[in-house]
Amino acid sequence: MKTQILSTQISKTDPSRRTFLAGAAGAAVCVIAPSARATPEEMAQAIKDFTGGKPVREGGVEVDIPVLLESGHSVPTIVRVDSPMNAQNYVRAIAVFNERNPQPNVGVFHLTPRSGRAFVSTRIRLGDSQKVVAVAQMSDGSFRSGSIDVIVTLPACVEGA
Amino acid sequence: MARALINVPAKAKKGEIIEIKTMLSHPMETGFRPAADGKLVPRNIIKRFVCTYDGEAVFSADLFPAISANPFLSFTLVATNSGVITFSWTDDNGQTQVQTAKIEVA
Amino acid sequence: MRALWILPGCAMLLAVTSAHAEIAAHERKSGAEFMSPQTQAMQADDASNPGMLAVLDGEAAWNEKAGAANKACADCHGAAEQSMKGVSARYPAFNAATSQPIDVAGQVNQCRTGRQQAQPLRAESRELLALTTYIGLQSRGMSVAPPDDERLTPFRERGKALFNQRLGQLNFSCAHCHEDNWGRKLGSAPIPQAHANAYPIYRLEWQDVGSLQRRLRNCMSGVRAAPYSYGSIEFIELELFLAERARGMAVETPGVRP
Repeated sequence: MKTQILSTQISKTDPSRRTFLAGAAGAAVCVIAPSARATPEEMAQAIKDFTGGKPVREGGVEVDIPVLLESGHSVPTIVRVDSPMNAQNYVRAIAVFNERNPQPNVGVFHLTPRSGRAFVSTRIRLGDSQKVVAVAQMSDGSFRSGSIDVIVTLPACVEGA
Repeated sequence: MARALINVPAKAKKGEIIEIKTMLSHPMETGFRPAADGKLVPRNIIKRFVCTYDGEAVFSADLFPAISANPFLSFTLVATNSGVITFSWTDDNGQTQVQTAKIEVA
Repeated sequence: MRALWILPGCAMLLAVTSAHAEIAAHERKSGAEFMSPQTQAMQADDASNPGMLAVLDGEAAWNEKAGAANKACADCHGAAEQSMKGVSARYPAFNAATSQPIDVAGQVNQCRTGRQQAQPLRAESRELLALTTYIGLQSRGMSVAPPDDERLTPFRERGKALFNQRLGQLNFSCAHCHEDNWGRKLGSAPIPQAHANAYPIYRLEWQDVGSLQRRLRNCMSGVRAAPYSYGSIEFIELELFLAERARGMAVETPGVRP
């Protein structure tokens, strides 16, 4: 039996620190020109494209990312969906979106009953502190979602700074 | 050919849920990054990943530039029978790299 | 005086004493201890550590014939698991032929030009990093153990002086951050103790593996100093001092760092 390594621990953030850190991260995201950013509206549209405009029920989808990130270059991201994952009832797809990268789409992961668990783990780029949303398409055609707000900071002494 | 790192248990019990980890050496160039000359480096990403188990697609992914360099993907499968698990990564130019792993299910 | 705008009180003190708080052996911490649990997990599991991709490249390069001699590293050294065990842990070493210290990257290139009769590999090239990462892996878990070679002493002493030398427009030495202020924050990031026990590292910011010299150049540009050149004697001297400073700590190659 293999053990899952990536920690599910979520760091707690002191609200008074949050302001400062968000500010620090905001100053550090000049890698992407503001005009080239997606917006919350574009993310909503991308989600609509994925669901075909069908209603999305919140809940049952866990987006597991630490709230405070030490780098936006490679953010360990795990999505889990409540599902028995049997032939009658399973998750067909999990789509991940963000609201402030150049594009709102991150990835679409297609699962089958043979997946055993509604689970996917990857590493993503986040150009700024923002909301990350996962939408799951269930085998009955319904959609569910979950989201998390994360704060992106940068390592000290960034190259070329 | 790019280097791939795959972790599949060599043996599993029938019905056991196994975790697969895959990583491919690839820059996942976003197309949004300026080079030293100020021009944008052309986009070059892995946009499609497929995992088949005995010929049947059991997991796949459509990837966007927001996936980090050296794309890492981990997911689970039900160990149903001994056989070959195949992994393929396809880039923007349609070039596909295939890697296989064997699993013994008892 | 020159650092007054940053730390008025401390700057005066530093100007007077110019002595730094050397880190006691029991207080030494690997950079890994300053990372998030997620980044630590990424390093700890070979199937998750992206530095292992460079290791795989290095293993292939180790066995690949090169140069006019048409020899691979393996043709002379055999299996790296045996012959390279502990090598990175004791480098840089003294090179009698040049009467200078040499690091692992320099040694690889000396083999290439001398034994393989091939072109040297470019500093920080994919091929060179692959080999140094693969060689470094063979010392993983072993203690950093620089050789007790008196011929290295003057070079190591100069490395120590460079570590304590104020540099750049910000006028900081390595010690100002990494001995006097480790554990505190620079912006939002913790300042580590700067131990060189995990190189080459996969740095998330680089999205690739890189050498200790790349990291040092990074710090130098951070304090607005003109970085030394790759392979320069200054870097080898710093590497010698850093190896002594990390003596006894476990090699982590390939480390993962933010």
